[in-house]
Amino acid sequence: MAIDWQPSASIETLRERARLMAKVRAFFAQRDVLEVETPVLGQGGSTDIHLVSLHTLARTDKGQRRLWLQTSPEYHMKRLLAAGSGPIFQLARSFRDGEIGGRHNIEFTMLEWYRPQFTLNKLIEESTTLIMSLLPSYPGPVVQHRYRELFHTHLEIDPFTSSLETLRALAAERTQMPAHALAGEGRNTCLDLLMGMVIEPLLGQYELSVVIDYPASQAALAQRHQDGDGEWVASRFEIYLKGLELANGYQELTDASEQRARFAEDNAERRRLGLPEVDIDERLLAALEHGMPEGAGVALGIDRLIQLTLGKARLQDVLAFATPNC
Amino acid sequence: MANYSTNEFKGGLKVMLDGDPCSIVENELVKPGKGQAFNRVKLRNLMTGRVGERTFKSGDSLEGADVMDLEMEYLYNDGDMWHFMKTDGSFEQYAVEKKALGDTEKWLKEQVPYTITLWNDKAISVTPPNFIELEVVETDPGLKGDTAQGGSKPATLSSGAVVRVPLFINQGEVLKIDTRSGEYVSRA
Repeated sequence: MAIDWQPSASIETLRERARLMAKVRAFFAQRDVLEVETPVLGQGGSTDIHLVSLHTLARTDKGQRRLWLQTSPEYHMKRLLAAGSGPIFQLARSFRDGEIGGRHNIEFTMLEWYRPQFTLNKLIEESTTLIMSLLPSYPGPVVQHRYRELFHTHLEIDPFTSSLETLRALAAERTQMPAHALAGEGRNTCLDLLMGMVIEPLLGQYELSVVIDYPASQAALAQRHQDGDGEWVASRFEIYLKGLELANGYQELTDASEQRARFAEDNAERRRLGLPEVDIDERLLAALEHGMPEGAGVALGIDRLIQLTLGKARLQDVLAFATPNC
Repeated sequence: MANYSTNEFKGGLKVMLDGDPCSIVENELVKPGKGQAFNRVKLRNLMTGRVGERTFKSGDSLEGADVMDLEMEYLYNDGDMWHFMKTDGSFEQYAVEKKALGDTEKWLKEQVPYTITLWNDKAISVTPPNFIELEVVETDPGLKGDTAQGGSKPATLSSGAVVRVPLFINQGEVLKIDTRSGEYVSRA
């Protein structure tokens, strides 16, 4: 059989890709946001239980060490913020093991930026402006949806107050996942299933959809606040277009001890699930200890935005060499 | 059999689901940036031919199914079972039940090679070749001069299938038929 050495994307698409990347850089240059480059390898990794980090052994000045390929440039960029960088952006190669498919690639490019002093709303406005400026045509208005409202509208349940049994039964009914497979699952798995399988495909069809007020248990590295209903929610937003998740933004957590507690919680959960523990990034914690300015940050899957902008069917159509072909 | 994890689910992989052997048709990863990953999988049940969807948590696994496709020639029907013989020179024979034969019954012709799907060495389905040549055993008489266009009529073929053929076709002629659509292609 002939070896397939050809690129995943056409040369014409790669030209378009380069043009869009130049537009992204111009967008931030105009707004005085500094472009930075941080390492792909780090001494700490992401403890997020839903991400699988790749790691490698390197011969360092301290002998052989395990170094982690970053799942996003977040930790290094936050250390720059703590050191007084001011607003920064990066087009960063990121790695998430096992994520491969029409919308995923193990190695991908993340457009991540941080805005000291920005509120979440101000960052939503900047993110949607950037997305609109790259799209070839107007996608419809920017519309904000609260996580809770989406479940009310599309599934007629409340994601915060419904019983676990209700969530499991609904997830089984709406997602072709057999009830016995859901029997041991918690609230977040049921909510992720319903969000990913039922709600997400409906988002961003005639508008640029922004989802806010996620459950507090899905805060990751975001702050938490009480919403108008008195429910604790994550200070976090996501942007969707054509059913595709494009960006994930936070009012950034700046409290070092809270951050340490969340890392420890993740690793405890990893032990419970039989997943490998991840080395905690002590340098990030030390930077937060020193003080990181309050502000907001967002990670945008630029490969996906390019895919939508160029009207391509699959992510690999805009990558020079997708993982199956690398 | 080995177990296969969701990230190994590729088109054509044979796995066991709810006690039936299935073939994976499509596998899509559904994963929010912050949250549990799932795989939405389309599978064809090899016993019924039906395609259905199922959602799995990423990392879940299914047992592989001992399924293989073999080429065999049709030999004869004993009134109860249909008998086929491997074409690899081993002369090994397999008996096929009516349920496994399904719609292929109307495309059977001796000495023609068929694809037999075996599960645990038992035939579960029979796929005819895409094109097959069969004789017309019954049709209305052909209309002379009507060779170009217009009109068709039913014709019964030696295998029992009834297909629409052009008006100029006569009893006793051998025709090339597309078994996937059941349509007349040409005279053989």
